[in-house]
Amino acid sequence: MQFARVACLRLLTTLITLIGVAVIVFIVVRVVPGNPIAMMLPPGATDADIERLKALYGLDKSIPQQFLIWFANVLHGDFGTSITTRQPVLGLVLGRLPATLELSIMALVMAVLLGGTLAVLGTRLRRTRAEAGIDIANGIGMSVPDFLWGLLLIVLFGVLWPVFQISGRVTPRLELPFTSQFYLFESILRLRFDLTRDLIGHMFMPALALALPLAAIIAQLLKQSLKETVNLDYAVLARTKGYPETSVILAEALPNAVLPTLTLIGVQFTFLIGGTVIVERLFSYEGLGNMAIDAVINRDLPLIQGIVILFALLFTLVNLAVDMTYAFLNPRLRHA
Amino acid sequence: MTEHPNRRTLLKLAGAGAAALTLPRAAGAQSADELTIAYNVNLPSWDPTVGPSGVNPTIQGIYQTVFDMFIHQKPDLSFEPGLLTEWGWNDDKTKVHMTVRDGVKWHDGSPFSAEDVVWSLERAGKEETGNPIQFVWKNLGNFKIDGNKIIADVLQFDPTIFKWMAFLTGYVLPKAYYEKVGAAGFEEKPVGTGPYMVDHYERNAFVRLKANPDYFGGKPDFETVTIKFVTDATSRVAEVESGNSDVTLEIPYEEYDRLIGGKLKGTCDTVSDIGMIFINDIDPMLDKNVRFAAVHSIDKELLVKRLLRGYGVPLDTLETPEYAAYDPTIKVPYDVEASVKALAESGYSPEKPVKFKIQTTRGFKPKDYEMIQAIVGMWRKVGIEAEIEVYEIAKHYELRAADQLAPAAFYNWGNAVGDPTTSTGFAMYGPSPHSVWDGQDLIDMINPLWGEKDEAKRIQGWKDVSRFIAENNLVIPLMQYAQPIVHREGISVTPHKSGALLPHLIKRA
Repeated sequence: MQFARVACLRLLTTLITLIGVAVIVFIVVRVVPGNPIAMMLPPGATDADIERLKALYGLDKSIPQQFLIWFANVLHGDFGTSITTRQPVLGLVLGRLPATLELSIMALVMAVLLGGTLAVLGTRLRRTRAEAGIDIANGIGMSVPDFLWGLLLIVLFGVLWPVFQISGRVTPRLELPFTSQFYLFESILRLRFDLTRDLIGHMFMPALALALPLAAIIAQLLKQSLKETVNLDYAVLARTKGYPETSVILAEALPNAVLPTLTLIGVQFTFLIGGTVIVERLFSYEGLGNMAIDAVINRDLPLIQGIVILFALLFTLVNLAVDMTYAFLNPRLRHA
Repeated sequence: MTEHPNRRTLLKLAGAGAAALTLPRAAGAQSADELTIAYNVNLPSWDPTVGPSGVNPTIQGIYQTVFDMFIHQKPDLSFEPGLLTEWGWNDDKTKVHMTVRDGVKWHDGSPFSAEDVVWSLERAGKEETGNPIQFVWKNLGNFKIDGNKIIADVLQFDPTIFKWMAFLTGYVLPKAYYEKVGAAGFEEKPVGTGPYMVDHYERNAFVRLKANPDYFGGKPDFETVTIKFVTDATSRVAEVESGNSDVTLEIPYEEYDRLIGGKLKGTCDTVSDIGMIFINDIDPMLDKNVRFAAVHSIDKELLVKRLLRGYGVPLDTLETPEYAAYDPTIKVPYDVEASVKALAESGYSPEKPVKFKIQTTRGFKPKDYEMIQAIVGMWRKVGIEAEIEVYEIAKHYELRAADQLAPAAFYNWGNAVGDPTTSTGFAMYGPSPHSVWDGQDLIDMINPLWGEKDEAKRIQGWKDVSRFIAENNLVIPLMQYAQPIVHREGISVTPHKSGALLPHLIKRA
């Protein structure tokens, strides 16, 4: 009952957050300089032409009126029509969401594996030169932004040693049997590992570019926690019993050291999703981020609103999932 | 207590890392029948006649690959038959006549006819269609079809109507197919008569095209063309350098020089885009001496040579040599001494400079910000102190439409059709939403040209307008841009002055 009450409360706050985001985004995109009508004005357009275009796209009404109309439509599942693509916004953003989710999840997995490995190695090799090397690598990983990692990876693995694809999500000449937009997951489910390999070949560099800064943060925090934990009584006892150091770290210290890192991962994952905007653009990856930049450049107001609200929904859901996972893994909270 | 990893552990780790990277080499080489182009923009919509995409010059090359225009343009911008093989006015220019090409098929195999042409023109002229150039298309009406001949009434005379048939939104769409599938169905599976047919389209990613075997201009050289939408210039360079793409365009000039210095080939010819600075008729630009100095103290040759690495041509008017009203006798010389003298007449000097704001984009066009920085430096030497404001291109459009640009504002103007109305006309005619100079004398000069029926007189009239603008320093034309195109060995690319990279003009060398 307690859990259900908390879950309902979180869903309610999520809803309020989303409405707040919707209001702010709706107003902001309309008051910032640059409107879509000015961008599509043909040479020789008269004032009447401008008014006609405004009316055509519903921009001839006041902002509160526009918001009420838009919000009423949203309640019926209609997020409007994109000005540039002339397609329903909901279909467009939901169509691109799986690509961004797959990329983000792959980046997260890479960050956790890489960061976790470095943390364990750093703890295992503490007080050696190797630990200093890992610390330096972490420092570099954190200080270089994801798009710069992307450029570096393009040069390394796209041009000098062309192992991975530079752009896109899948090789254009392949015939795709997919029925959903979750290409990677579906290729695995269909046992089409040729396509899985191609998809990973496209996702690897953008995912790694997103993963490296997060991996460095995970590595640093987890190593710090591990170094504290390996000196606690139960770890010393295990060591006294004759367990190898690696087992002490992995079996005794890690489960207790991982909780603060988990919270951090949740927070950082939302930043990682935000990072997809630039990285997807750099790698011409057909996700939400790439679409968001086009929408902003073209001042496609309905599409900007749809994308931002979806990002906001993602962020709140990720935070919700992290809270739930934390509660599940933390025995003090679980048995409270 | 610390244990150190032994050599075996390290070798295992290294082996695991190597195994993880044993993915196949990125697919680069492909069959001789395939061509991959790393294109610089996304394609938002497949209907080339409505919405913002219709007036977006950067995607016209993709549209022209799938659809045909009423009238075509050769790579030098001269006109040639498209889906119309003949066109013209009657003697008093109250009617137009058009002859429709025989034997053309739509990509779905259905025959193309004069009905498609009339339907496309009527649809474009209706307000509810959302064609941004509706103000032009509405000037024709009462169409009559006789076989492959069409006659229509001129409801309002526009001397450029046939030029528009080779310009923005001037495409013929399939009447029967469009009416059957609707706008959404057409977006899903577009059908045209162009040299390539859409095989597969992934929004924001790529479009795969198949050669149209029945194309009236002959079957294209490559059976399959894939256009990847690679909007980042660095990634486009990497695409062509790694061999993942065969051709790319619009890359930095430095990269162009580097790439063609290696194993890649390329062209960097001028296109119809120009760089210019709008002068708004607000203080201090109402002072003719300030305008004179602002215009004559810019060393355009130096800008092209230093900033654009020599790729570009300095301009004296808003007309490039390919445009119909280009007049090589109009000169706006670089003259520092005269600029200083003019400013002195208004009481300004390097010690007591005239001050105003200049707006520019940064990264929208090659070296735009750097160019304005250089210009500001040149101005400083003669007695102009300009403050640079960087803005997004969207803000430029909004300010320009509202006539609220700063006294000077950088912009690039494209005019693929080469008519003076769509360059000097719309950029300098006060009532136009694209002009910020509102001088009545210039408006009076331009007014009669919109409806001038004598073509020679019309073009001469526009040349006179250009001369008037140059003599009164009402705008600052800078240069005609060049477009870098890089490609692998074994193919030849014919650049088009419009700036459109057309796959059917790419051949095996």
